[in-house]
Amino acid sequence: MYARILTSLTLGFHIIFAVLGVGIPVLISIAEWLGIRKKDPRYTQMAKRWSKGFTVTVAVGVVTGTCIGLQLSLLWPSFMKTAGEAIALPLFLETFAFFFEAIFLGVYLYTWNRFKNPYLHWAFSIPVIIGSTASAFFIMTVNAFMNAPQGFSLENGSIVAIEPLQAMFNAATPSKAGHMIFSSYATSAFVLAALAAYKLLRGNATAYYKKALQLTLSLALIFSLGTALWGDIAGKYLAKHQPEKLAAAEWHFETKGEAELIFGGVLDEETHEIKYALRLPYALSVLATNTLDGEVKGLNEVPEDLRPPLFIHYLFDGMVAIGGYMIIVPVWYFVRKKWLKKEASPWELMFIIGGAPLAMLAIELGWIFTEIGRQPWILVGYMKTTHAVTSATNVGEMLALFSLLYLFLAVVSTSILLRIYKQPVVMDKVYPSVTGGESR
Amino acid sequence: MSLEILGITVLWTFLYGYLIVASIDFGAGFFSFYCKVKKEDHLVNSIIERYLSPVWEVTNVFLVFFFVGLIGFFPSTAYYYGTALLVPGSIALVLLSLRGSFYAFAHYGVRNSMLYTGVYGLTGLFIPASLATVLTISEGGFIRETNGLVEFLSDQLLKSPYAWSVVILAIVSILFISASFLTYYADKAKDRKSTVIFHKYAIMWSLPTIFASMLVFFAIYQHNPEHFQNMLDISWLFLLSLASFLVALALLLKKKHYGWAFVMVMLQFAFAFYGYGISHLPYLLYPYITISDSINSPVMGKALVTGFIVGLCLLIPSLYLLMKMFLFDVKYVQGKEKAVQR
Ligand code: HDD
Ligand code: HEM
Ligand code: HEM
Repeated sequence: MYARILTSLTLGFHIIFAVLGVGIPVLISIAEWLGIRKKDPRYTQMAKRWSKGFTVTVAVGVVTGTCIGLQLSLLWPSFMKTAGEAIALPLFLETFAFFFEAIFLGVYLYTWNRFKNPYLHWAFSIPVIIGSTASAFFIMTVNAFMNAPQGFSLENGSIVAIEPLQAMFNAATPSKAGHMIFSSYATSAFVLAALAAYKLLRGNATAYYKKALQLTLSLALIFSLGTALWGDIAGKYLAKHQPEKLAAAEWHFETKGEAELIFGGVLDEETHEIKYALRLPYALSVLATNTLDGEVKGLNEVPEDLRPPLFIHYLFDGMVAIGGYMIIVPVWYFVRKKWLKKEASPWELMFIIGGAPLAMLAIELGWIFTEIGRQPWILVGYMKTTHAVTSATNVGEMLALFSLLYLFLAVVSTSILLRIYKQPVVMDKVYPSVTGGESR
Repeated sequence: MSLEILGITVLWTFLYGYLIVASIDFGAGFFSFYCKVKKEDHLVNSIIERYLSPVWEVTNVFLVFFFVGLIGFFPSTAYYYGTALLVPGSIALVLLSLRGSFYAFAHYGVRNSMLYTGVYGLTGLFIPASLATVLTISEGGFIRETNGLVEFLSDQLLKSPYAWSVVILAIVSILFISASFLTYYADKAKDRKSTVIFHKYAIMWSLPTIFASMLVFFAIYQHNPEHFQNMLDISWLFLLSLASFLVALALLLKKKHYGWAFVMVMLQFAFAFYGYGISHLPYLLYPYITISDSINSPVMGKALVTGFIVGLCLLIPSLYLLMKMFLFDVKYVQGKEKAVQR
């Protein structure tokens, strides 16, 4: 049990920084490019300030990622021994992606004013984006493999006849990787938008913050739309390959067509009666099959001991609700700005600020949903979680140790990020030979 | 070359890469702490930082690469080492995490605190000690499997003279490798004062590395005679290592060609490291895991090798670029070019 808690704790903590690590380089790169294109030093300054904060989040992402990488072997030795045969390739490729990212991040961060042609420096942000997005992709194929294992056969408990590429490009890979990457971009955009919104709310209405808000929100809108669209793909994947997960998430017991989507509510576990819920007719059939009358498999067809816990319904609902919020807020902002020619009101700014923690929450909810929804399996259909766990004792003490470590990292990194955030924005006078922004 | 030999060679090479880059990093952390205690830190810190800042994340990836690759090529290692090393592995991870994050945090103001420099400097000695212990464990005698249950005999390890000799070797090697690199780097930056200091350290730690290696030879003879016999069979590698050391020491003493001196130090460790590795084969863990019975299936093995080659085609030019920009660019090394992002 402790092993499961420790794994979820490490991953739950790592994912916060991983999401920023995947998303922020994209925003930095776009801002720097705009700065060069429009000859507007404000955008350049955004790229610089964000990358300064980024060095801190990367550091925490790297060390927690190293932790999870080793912990997978320390806590799940049997799983890694068995599945390791099949997932070796993506894990291996992931480290190459990190390598690539790490090298160019070093180059990018330390060469701001080394080149005459500013596009050259900008170009170094591209490999960073490729590296971090590729590492997200590769690690998602591993997680997808746990959900939809394929490309091997099992003989006497060991994996044989492996097809590495089939294992990697399994049924769950496109939906999971795409949804994760889009949600990382969207969340990062919201986090940066919230930072600008907070300054504006505090009356710091400089052009810098206005432009930052406009840029980050427009990207947040695009990426949130992508997240929702890809979430739809993820739903269709579930309906086809892991119907028990979708059914548990939707409290859908009877197999039937024209299925309604249930939002919220309270379930009576005995009678399967649902009270106080919001019901959207046909919506579940649409989510699962893209047709109004598509048949959706119900939980009653799944043996009791293979059903995922039913509370994942709330996790799913939470994620989807936040997904809606992340689209409505930027749309509202642009509608008012474009057609009503109004600057963001304090209320709007507060909603934007709220979007950042909510987006992070949606990431956590989504993960806990898919991971718990996979139970009781660790490798769906092949290996149960209880058979994979370490036989070593002292896991409890290690849980305490790592909890302290993460607490410490959280406190220190937050305080340092706040310090960076409080530094005033220094605009460079001369362009493009950028000189400002020295931290000390 | 058979698949398992190819696999272990690739991994061992990355571990060697980690040995060099991490030693520079660990040693630099310790020296900057030590100089701070002696109030000489203003002399050396700029050199240390200018080198470390752009590369610290790369250093970490070398390690990640090694253990991910090890599990990829040889999945049973995950089972034995994973079960046995929960506690020591976790402690090493915590230290590694503290150190890694402190480095990045330090850029924003906590640098001048003694506590921070202390943690950074001292973890730099503990981490290699604990990582080197994994090699000790691989010699056998510290992991026992009874009825399918893997057990780690930690008190045996703590009592073992071999284990301690390896720890000592790890620590002095780090200081020596790091000092000889920093001497070269400082000299290149035309920073007289730091050159003198690092040169002093390099000389100071040179002989202890040789004594410590002798100690390890002797201890391994006691602990695992079979391995020792294998080492004797390829003793020429160890003699080459000694020869490289002597050349390095001579160059250092003559205060000339610090770059070559560092190359010689790298060779010294390369010969010894590959000698140790070759004689360790075929075992990955005495007497439970050998490379041939733990290797992944040939299909996956080929996929990994292909992935590796493609990866290298990307990595080598990029690493070259990184070195060219931060190691061999005289203007950067001399600090004429201000690194804005710090
Ligand atoms: C900002 C975060 C965020 C937002 C707004 C949404 N999601 Fe999501 N969702 C994730 C972040 C996320 C995630 C963290 O990225 C997950 C967890 C694991 C994964 O693959 O992606 C996920 C998983 C996930 C899964 C499970 C995939 C699986 O288990 O294979 C489904 C079906 C959806 N999502 C569907 C949606 C829908 C229909 C949304 C409507 C707007 C939505 N998500 C918004
Ligand atoms: C690629 C990514 C991931 C992989 C390979 C992975 C792997 C695992 C493994 C091996 C377990 C233990 C077995 C089990 O209980 O199912 C687990 C459990 C768990 N993980 Fe993940 N995980 C990933 C991402 C995440 C993330 C980002 C979170 C963040 C919140 C998370 C949350 C959890 C939770 C809550 C459990 C416990 C489930 C339970 O005990 O019921 N996982 N995961
Ligand atoms: C089982 C799950 C996971 C494992 C084993 C894992 C492993 C790692 C490791 C070893 C590192 C450090 C690499 C280095 O030294 O540079 C790392 C960092 C990182 N991880 Fe994870 N990771 C997992 C889940 C995820 C997920 C789900 C994502 C994203 C969607 C992700 C994205 C990243 C990114 C982007 C970094 C680089 C750090 C940064 O740029 O912030 N990881 N991870």
